[in-house]
Order: sequence, then structure tokens, then C-alpha cells
Amino acid sequence: MSALGGVQSLGARSIAFVRDLGRFSVFSLRLGNAARRPPYRWRRLVREIYDTGVLSLVIVCISGLAVGMVLGLQGHNTLARFGATGSLGAVVGLSLIRELGPVLTSLLVAGRAGSAMAAEIASMVVTEQLDGLRMMSVDPLDFVVAPKAQAMLISMPLLSTLFVLFGIFGGYVVGVVVLGGDPGSYMSTLTDAVVFRDDVLGGFLKAGVFGLLVGLVATYRGYTALPTSTGVSAAATSTVVIASVATLIVDYFITALWGY
Amino acid sequence: MDAAPALAKPIEVEAQGLHYARGGRVIMHDLSCRFPAGRISVVVGASGCGKTTLLRMIACLNRPHAGRILIDGTEDVAHLSDGEVHAFRRRVGMLFQGGALLDSMTVFDNVALPLREHSGFPESRIRDEVHRVFEAVGLANVDELLPGQLSGGMVKRAGLARALVERPDLLLCDEPFSGLDPPTIRRIEELLLFVNQNLGGTMIITSHHNETTMRIADHVVMMVDRAAVSGRPRELLAGGDARVAEFFADVADSVPGAAP
Ligand SMILES: Nc1ncnc2c1ncn2[C@@H]1O[C@H](COP(=O)(O)OP(=O)(O)O)[C@@H](O)[C@H]1O
Ligand SMILES: [Mg+2]
Repeated sequence: MSALGGVQSLGARSIAFVRDLGRFSVFSLRLGNAARRPPYRWRRLVREIYDTGVLSLVIVCISGLAVGMVLGLQGHNTLARFGATGSLGAVVGLSLIRELGPVLTSLLVAGRAGSAMAAEIASMVVTEQLDGLRMMSVDPLDFVVAPKAQAMLISMPLLSTLFVLFGIFGGYVVGVVVLGGDPGSYMSTLTDAVVFRDDVLGGFLKAGVFGLLVGLVATYRGYTALPTSTGVSAAATSTVVIASVATLIVDYFITALWGY
Repeated sequence: MDAAPALAKPIEVEAQGLHYARGGRVIMHDLSCRFPAGRISVVVGASGCGKTTLLRMIACLNRPHAGRILIDGTEDVAHLSDGEVHAFRRRVGMLFQGGALLDSMTVFDNVALPLREHSGFPESRIRDEVHRVFEAVGLANVDELLPGQLSGGMVKRAGLARALVERPDLLLCDEPFSGLDPPTIRRIEELLLFVNQNLGGTMIITSHHNETTMRIADHVVMMVDRAAVSGRPRELLAGGDARVAEFFADVADSVPGAAP
């Protein structure tokens, strides 16, 4: 009996999941359409980019620095076993540029700006602000939602770049200043090892994909929130969970399929 | 609103056999009622009986599960296409219960929004139009304020200004008197009467202030038992329906000809 109940609830959950995925796809297509068609709301977009950036700037920089310092320490200890501490710059730089920069930035931004974005849209649903726009024959997807999703898409690669730069600096501080490595070889192994097209551009694109992902999840969760106060908080928390897990899963596929 | 007050072409609204259920509960069952053109109709009924839902149906924000909502006896707004909904809403203004002003934009920008989106007027003309409605609804020096900085009465006025700025043929007001002190209620009442006399559109107002209803209504629609009874206020009270008499018990004395 309980086994049957378990199967039933598993089935119900799978159906709900697939249905949600379908709705998410329809939402994404409609949002893409709204964003593609004029009027282009540049001023709203710039403002959203500014808001997203301001929310995330400090945590991204601090986290980048901290991660870079840890990489410096760990990398130094590991490389010391092979007598290769000179290549610390390459190790720190490549890990950050290819993997840690985009992924950790995405997790941080999902937790900070993504949840705020979902909560803001959800509270606009609760207070009938989106219905108010509809009554003025203004499409809320076009006016409110699209600029937010686009802002996420644009700011993620920029924030990820910042994360990487601070990380490389953090690795330098630990590897060179604290542990007394050679400053010249830190930078030269870094620049020698990094291939612009594969590593830098790849990491940048990866961050862009994550930005799109976080932006879509946050706006979808906000837009479809239940019109209650628990609906607002549920939109915010589920955004963090879904966007973070999706980031990690998509990261695997990007790496496996395209090698970035 | 004196200079060139392009008079509205009042809309007559007629609901026929509306059915609506939500969360497994039937809210409307074969509900029919009429809202005469150019008049003030007040929708009353116990809270939770579906007044807001009825207004939202007329505004195409909710769709009835069965039944029709006729505009001027012909067009059925319950079954319009997206494009037709846009066109219809250009003729409709709606004041939401909480104002539904966009809280990230100033009061001026909120009221200017429909004009900026649709009219193609130059900014100077928009400023004049907005200030004219501000004057009509009795708002001054609020241009740069955010909606969060307004009092309850001012929020209703600003919401009304936004609903009126495109000179609608049909004005829907959801609980315009709720949460206001008695003097403010009086002023909003006068404001609605003023707007009705000077703009000449049809008005549908939901309210649970019986005194106000008796003062301003040309026509009362009372929602009872998932359907509606309606008529001129005095006729309705004199009609001998026990449910109506009970609902209006607090004002029965002040209405001549309506013996309890
Ligand atoms: N989002 C919702 N989900 C489920 N039921 C709802 C929702 N919104 C309103 N209702 C139900 O619909 C009924 C009518 O609501 P409403 O039109 O707001 O009533 P009124 O405006 O007369 O107070 C209420 O009984 C309420 O319980
Ligand atoms: Mg209501």
C-alpha cells in the first residue's frame, strides 16, 4: 500500500515537474519575443543592470579574492611536491577562468540578485502592479520582466570577469607576497597557459549561459508566484535552489559537450 | 478637466449567466446583471462574494467559465482575442484596491505611463495632461514622490488619476473607500461624482460602505448566493428582499420609502 502510494506520489511529482518545465519553456519563448520586438526599453535595461551589479558587486569581489587566495595556498602546497611552484599562476588562472569564475559567480548572483529579482516581480504580482500595467495595455513581460532577464544575461559575464580578476590577484597575494614565489613567473606562466579563444572567451560565454539561466529562472518564478506573501518568499527561495542546481548541471554539459 | 474635455462615449455593460469557480468553490452561478451607460453603479455584497472577481472579469483580467459580458449589447469581452483585449482596455480605466502603482517609479511617471506608451504626445503635452488630472483628483506637489511615500487617500487619488488620464469610457473602481477615514471617504465620493458628471463615462464601483453607496449610486448590484439582484437603490431596498434588507439594515432609516 505504502509502496503504491510512493509510486503514485513519484508519478504525480514527475508530471508536475514536466508540466512546470513546459510552462517554463513557453514563458521563455514569450519573453524572448517580447524582448526582440520594439519598443526597446534601454533606460529600464540600464537601470536593471545597475541594480543587479550593485547588489552583487561587493560579494563577487570579496568571494573572488578569497577563492583566489585559497587556490594560491592549495596550489602552492600541491605544486611544491613536484617542485613546480613556478606554475602557480597558470593553475590559479586556468581554474578561475574556465570553471570557478563563471560557476561561483552564478551561484552568488543567484543567491543575491536572482532571489531579489524573483521577490520583486512576485510582490508586483501580489500588489496587482502587473495587472495595473495590463489595464493600461502595457505588456508586463515587455515592460518589467524582459529588462530584468536581459540585465542578468549581460551582467553575469561582467561580474564573472571581475571575480576572475580578483581571484588572480588573491592568488598572487598568497603565492608571491605571502609565500615568496617569483612574481615574474606567476604572471608569465599565467599568460603563456591561457589561450584567449578557448579559455577566456569560453569562460565568458559560459557565464553568459548562466546569466540567461538565472535570469529566466528568477523571472519565471516571480512571474508565476502565487499572489500571497508566502508566494513571494517561495519565489525567492526556489529561485536560489533551482538556479544554483541548474547552474551546476548545465556546467557539466557545457564542459562535456563543448569542452569549455 | 475643463479645457477640451473630450467627453467619454459611455459603455453599457451587461453580464449574462456568468459562472466562475475557484479552488473547487463555486463563486458565481448563473449571475446576470446590467450596468447602465453613463451612470454610477455600485456592486455590493459580503466580503469574499466575488465583487473584485466580477470587476476583473469586465476588465478581461479573469475569464468566466461560462456566460457572456456584453459591451453596448453586442461585443462579448469574455471571448476577445489578445489584440481585441488591448483595444478594449484602451477604453477602460481601473482603480485597483491597493492602487497598483508601480512602486519603483515616481507618481508623475506612473500617471504619465499610459500617455507615454500610447499617445505619442510630446513630453510638454504629457506634463500638461498629467497635471490636469492631478488637479482634477486633488493632488498637488506629488510629482517626484514615490508611491510608498503617499498616504492611503493619496494612493487612491493617484490610482484614479492614472485610470482617468486617457479619458476612459468605462471606469472600474475596486473598493475606492476602503481603509480611508470618513472625511477622505467624503472627498473621494465627491471626486467620483465630479468625474462622472464632467467626463460622462460609465462607472462601476465595488464598496462595502452602505452610506456611500446610497449617496452616489444610480444603480446598485448586490451579489447574493452566487448570483445578483439589482436596481435603483431605493427600489432595491423597497423591493422586500430579506437578504437586501439585512445587508442594508444600517442605512434603512436614512432611505425614505424603505421600511425595514
Ligand atoms: N487567488 C485565489 N485563489 C483561490 N481563491 C481565491 C483567490 N482570490 C480570490 N479567491 C476567492 O474568490 C472569492 C471571491 O474573491 P473576491 O472577488 O476578491 O471577493 P470580494 O472582492 O467580494 O471580497 C473569495 O471567496 C476568495 O476566497
Ligand atoms: Mg474585493
